[in-house]
Amino acid sequence: MTDKLTPGRDAVRRKGWLGAHRWLILRRLSQAVFLGIFLLGPWAGIWWVKGDLAGSMTFDVLPLTDPLILLQGMVAGHWPELTALTGALIVLAVYALVGGRVYCSWVCPVNPVTDAAHWLHARLGLPKGWQPKASTRLWLLGTVLAVSALTGTIAWELVNPVTMLQRGIVFGMTAGWALIGAVFLFDLLLARRGWCGRLCPVGAFYGLVGQKSVLRVSAANRAACDDCMDCFAVCPEMAVITPALRGTTAETPLILSPDCTNCGRCIDVCAQDVFRFTHRFDAHPAPGRADPTPSPARQRRAA
Amino acid sequence: MAPRRPAPPIDRRRFLTDAARAAAGCAVAGSLLALYARDARALPAEALRPPGALDEPDFLAACIRCGLCVRDCPYDTLSLADLGEGAATGTPFFTARQIPCEMCDDIPCVKACPTGALDPALTDIDDAKMGVAVLVDQENCLNALGLRCDVCYRVCPAIDKAITLDRMHNERSGHHAIFLPTVHAEHCTGCGKCEQACVLPEATIKVLPIRLARGKAAEHYRLGWEEMERKGGPVVEGIIDLPDRLPEEAPDFAPLMKLPGTGQ
Repeated sequence: MTDKLTPGRDAVRRKGWLGAHRWLILRRLSQAVFLGIFLLGPWAGIWWVKGDLAGSMTFDVLPLTDPLILLQGMVAGHWPELTALTGALIVLAVYALVGGRVYCSWVCPVNPVTDAAHWLHARLGLPKGWQPKASTRLWLLGTVLAVSALTGTIAWELVNPVTMLQRGIVFGMTAGWALIGAVFLFDLLLARRGWCGRLCPVGAFYGLVGQKSVLRVSAANRAACDDCMDCFAVCPEMAVITPALRGTTAETPLILSPDCTNCGRCIDVCAQDVFRFTHRFDAHPAPGRADPTPSPARQRRAA
Repeated sequence: MAPRRPAPPIDRRRFLTDAARAAAGCAVAGSLLALYARDARALPAEALRPPGALDEPDFLAACIRCGLCVRDCPYDTLSLADLGEGAATGTPFFTARQIPCEMCDDIPCVKACPTGALDPALTDIDDAKMGVAVLVDQENCLNALGLRCDVCYRVCPAIDKAITLDRMHNERSGHHAIFLPTVHAEHCTGCGKCEQACVLPEATIKVLPIRLARGKAAEHYRLGWEEMERKGGPVVEGIIDLPDRLPEEAPDFAPLMKLPGTGQ
């Protein structure tokens, strides 16, 4: 058992600091790259990519469009030009294939903000606070589409911190920073992991897109799990681990929940190397633990 | 003690309660968002949309706030609205007094728009309707005071069409002329060069959104002189036209049009 304040300490001891932070570092790099390619233009005059996360044009040929924004526009009553439609279809196809919420942990600029809030939250030992159901974000997604249809506007973009932060960094912003600060404080003081994990309709949307996506984390070596709970401590969507990790031999070790953001942090912090990235068709046998913990849920199911 | 019954797979009461809670929360959040969305439709008068922009309600359904129009504007005219800046968050606008639209022939901002929020049907920049210039303050306009400034007229890309200098008598001096800058909305694109160039500390000619700048004649109104010109004769047949009483000292005077069969 490790100290809950520093999950992954065993992993650092066994794999070294780099080994225990590999996916985290790659993820931060990815986030930096996705921001950086948009900043090459305004900062260095290299216009490979123009626009922002809502819509962009790469090398003057590849259009990319945020499909949720376009969808709001469509329910608001505007049928977009072909360029935007093509861009949205490309984005949809990529995330449907690779993993919907890969957007959340590898691209979204708000992720470092809420991760920082969570880090500080753990450091300060603050209470969990308000914990609405994870399904709240689906309700909010529905609300956003309903408001778009009723007002005839792309409603969520008026306040969406995701695009606002990225647009603010790329195009400049002042008042918008207050909203980003609000998200940070919300996660820090009001609801632990509240924004990304429970409310953000963008994450909800990409979760739906990635229902059947290919890239998956697997608890392939789950027999080696020593119940240190570090993976649960770092996972932003704790509920997704249990079925895979605690499953019996007959049950799949793949984390198939669309809520999983494929952040890979569980792989990093596991000293036993239980987890790894694989694809959803991976049928390698992964025996469950010899002595599965009899959880109340399983007992109920058995009854 | 009776054996505990296993919990039903779905607890109906709990499900209904949870659904009601979520729906109530969403109703509150959704109402706030809808109110904000409604406010956002009131575009401030000084924020002008790029050329080809759809009408504001349609524009807010179409613009995804990607900023590609901003990037392709060669004059850095456009910028994206900040949260609470007036124009809906993230949408492109320009302020004529600061940087007006230079009216590029190839309209790169419209070409860059991926959604059609800037209407690709706009191919001739002279057809753009970003707003209409209005001489809002004749008490301070130098030309209106009888001086010759003429700057707004000179910088107008549609000089002598969108802005003309209409000569009027200067009542104050009694023997000078006033060259009054007069906007003809039909030709004005709302580019804002006149407003930007106005030499006074506060511009006396300003580009306003069309909804503020223009009145509208009733649908059934007809201008008699236009109808007569179109028809080449009186609109109503057989109308009695009494002979004009001509002044004795102006024997050369003749009415503009002679009606047939009236013995003028």
